[in-house]
Parts: sequence; structure tokens; C-alpha cells
Amino acid sequence: MNAKRKIRVLMAKPGLDGHERGARVMAYGLRDYGFEVIYTGLRQTAESIVNAAVQEDVDVIGLSILSGAHLTLTQKVINKLKAKGAADTMIIVGGVIPEEDIESLKKIGVAGVFTAGTSIKEVGDFISSNIASL
Amino acid sequence: MKVDNDWEKLIADLYKGSERAMSRLISKVENRENGWLETMQEIHKKTGSARIIGITGSPGTGKSTLTGKLARSFVELQKKVGIIAVDPSSPFSGGALLGDRLRMNEINCMPGVFVRSMATRGALGGLSQSARDVVKIMDAFGKDIIIIETVGVGQDEIDIVKTADVVLVVCVPGMGDGIQAIKAGIMEIADIFVVNKADLKGADQVVADIKSMLEMTNDGATVPINMVVSTTGEGIKELTDIVSQSLMNDQKKAAWKQEQVQEEIMILLEKEVAFYLRSIWNDETRLSSVLKQVIAREQDPYTVVKEIMVPLIKACEDHR
Repeated sequence: MNAKRKIRVLMAKPGLDGHERGARVMAYGLRDYGFEVIYTGLRQTAESIVNAAVQEDVDVIGLSILSGAHLTLTQKVINKLKAKGAADTMIIVGGVIPEEDIESLKKIGVAGVFTAGTSIKEVGDFISSNIASL
Repeated sequence: MKVDNDWEKLIADLYKGSERAMSRLISKVENRENGWLETMQEIHKKTGSARIIGITGSPGTGKSTLTGKLARSFVELQKKVGIIAVDPSSPFSGGALLGDRLRMNEINCMPGVFVRSMATRGALGGLSQSARDVVKIMDAFGKDIIIIETVGVGQDEIDIVKTADVVLVVCVPGMGDGIQAIKAGIMEIADIFVVNKADLKGADQVVADIKSMLEMTNDGATVPINMVVSTTGEGIKELTDIVSQSLMNDQKKAAWKQEQVQEEIMILLEKEVAFYLRSIWNDETRLSSVLKQVIAREQDPYTVVKEIMVPLIKACEDHR
């Protein structure tokens, strides 16, 4: 129908981690890449993240976690998504993620892990190529 | 009226109260996926009971925070609330940063509140037709109050008045030279003026400026001016009361109704015709030869258009 449909991304900071610069840079960057980015700010719970994701019908949830609690928090979000019938939402994680945890994250359903030094283009390309367009 | 399975299931779920279905429907209609027109035909039957509040004003006036506080007030009055928060799309990348939700954290998980962020997506005005469609979807879902919060620049303000039952224009102190910052024409569309950030110096001056500007228009004296501090909630209760009263009073909007409906039909029509023309042009090989001719200056764009319009108009006239 119209022009190629827009990809919608939710950038979220779960838990008590107060370092949002990375999330903001990524949010602006993905906007410049051409996505519609919803940023919900600091101190989000799994419930508030999933609630927003469902209402905004996003294609991707990007979790930014620098607190070390990535495995627990990501699992919580994934559980909540399943409970809300939105398990088909892509999840990507960024922040401070030790190498050895990347595989564990992927095992629980994370599509991609993007640690410090990743370019915005890399994240944008990953999302575009993995989201089936109409 | 034909609606395919996917759409049918979503509509059924919408009526059952599924937020996910509403959310998916909004996306599909916003993206103009095949079947959207028929779906809106169906959904339209269940609309008409929601009351719509439009909130407009320059960027930085605190519209999002105000929207959140108002929504909360209405929830406390046992109303179900839908919010559409509009932000601009970049004309270059086509992307958008939809940051209004950030200011509405306290209502994020409140039951009965549904918040949807929308980008303008290159609509000529600030408020696209698809935003109006989203209002209808929320109405059909069962929302009592729908708040549309606009970008606050350009054509928005005019568009919003054609969609909303009550229009709030938000101003703040310190925007230079009283309210000269507010464009001409805004005075006529406001049903209620809100002076936000009223704890800042200059708030009383803004109220005085609005009053004096109102005195220069016909029935200026009857427009309420409310001072609020949306971050603290001060003045919100009074504002909610005035908005509620205004929503119950249909008189003023009767005059706009005809124009509203006409505008809506014309916009839908223009978009559909334009889309149709573009699609047939994209298919025809004639297009590339015409382009070559225009570039070589053997033809001019005006003649090209005339040559398309003449038979088109004739065909339409014959059909009538």
C-alpha cells in the first residue's frame, strides 16, 4: 500500500540502572536510521516495558542494561511478553554484557547482543534485515 | 462489506476489549494495509460515544505532562482514557523519536489507560488522517475520553479543532514578549487556555496578555483561562472540571461539525485518488518516455498533467 512500513522500536532501561546516555544515543541514532523510536526513560519494570511495547505495537524492544542484572531483567521481560501474547516481539540487549553471558541471553530468546563499541548502523542493519517487511 | 480473516479476528477481539488487538489494528490502519478502508467502514458503526480533547501549544509548554495528569484525573472519575501523542517525523530519515510517553510514566500501567505514540510521517499538516482513524478505533474499543496531544507547530492547531470536541491551548511564561509566541488564529480555536508552569515568574502577565487579546475578538470574554503546574498537579482538578463541563456542552461544536465531516471526506478522497494515480503511473512504461521528454525540454510538466487530467475529468463526467 503506502511507502515501506515504519519499523517501531522501544528503547527501555529496566531496573535501577541510571546510566541512560547510551540508550539516548542509540534512540536518536535509530531515529536517524529511519525507525520510529519510543523511549520510556529510566527505572522501568518488566511490566511497564511490556505494557508500552504492546500498546505501541513495536517490532523490537531494545533493553539497555549496565547494572549487571541483564540475565534476570531480560528473563522477566521475556516472561511478561509471553504472558501478554506478544512473544513474537524481537528483543535486543545492549550495555555492559560480559562475553560469557551473550550465549545465555541468546538461549532465552534474545536476537542480538550489542555491547560497547557497536555502531548504530550495525544495530539498524540488524533490525532491518531481521524484521520481515510487508 | 468484505473484510478478510485477519482483520475480522482483530475487530472481534477489539470489541472484546483486547488491547493487543486494538494496538495491532492501529498499526495496520496507520500503515494503510489492504483492507483498512473496509475495516474502518465496519469500525465506524461503533463510534460516536467517545469525547475528544485536543491539546496543542508550542513545543516545551508541557503538553505531555499535562496530558498525563489530565488522564489520571479522568481515570479517578471512572472514565476509560485513550491518548494519542503525536511527534514529528524527520523529513530526511523518515524516522521519529516519540518521547511523549516518557512524561506519562505514572499512567503507564494504569488500568483503563491506553497510550499510543504516533509520528507525523510526512503529513502536510501536523495531524494526519490516520490519527483521526486511531481516534475512531479507540472510540469503538470503548474509551470514554480520548486525548490527542499534538506536535505544536504549523497546521496542527487547525487540524485539531476539526477533530476534537474541546481544544486546550497551552502557554507558559517566559516565551518572550507575552504571548506573541502564539500564532494568530490560535485565539479563535481555543476552548480553554491553560497557563502551565504557573509557578514561574511572568505567569500572571501571560494571563493578562491572553485576556487582552481575547477582548479584541468577538466573544473573547467567555473563554476560560486556567493556571496549572502540571508537574505538581496544582490546578489540575479545576481544569478537569472545566474540561468535563465543556465536553457536555455540544452547542459550540455544532457549527464545526459540517466542516469537520467535509474536511475528513475530502482528505480521505484526495489521498486515495493520489495513491491510485501514482500506482497506475508506476506501472506504465509511458512514464519513463514522458520523463525523458520533460528532461529534454520537449515537453513541460504542466502539459503532461493537463493531458492526464482532460480524459480523466471527461471519464468522471461521463460516469456522473
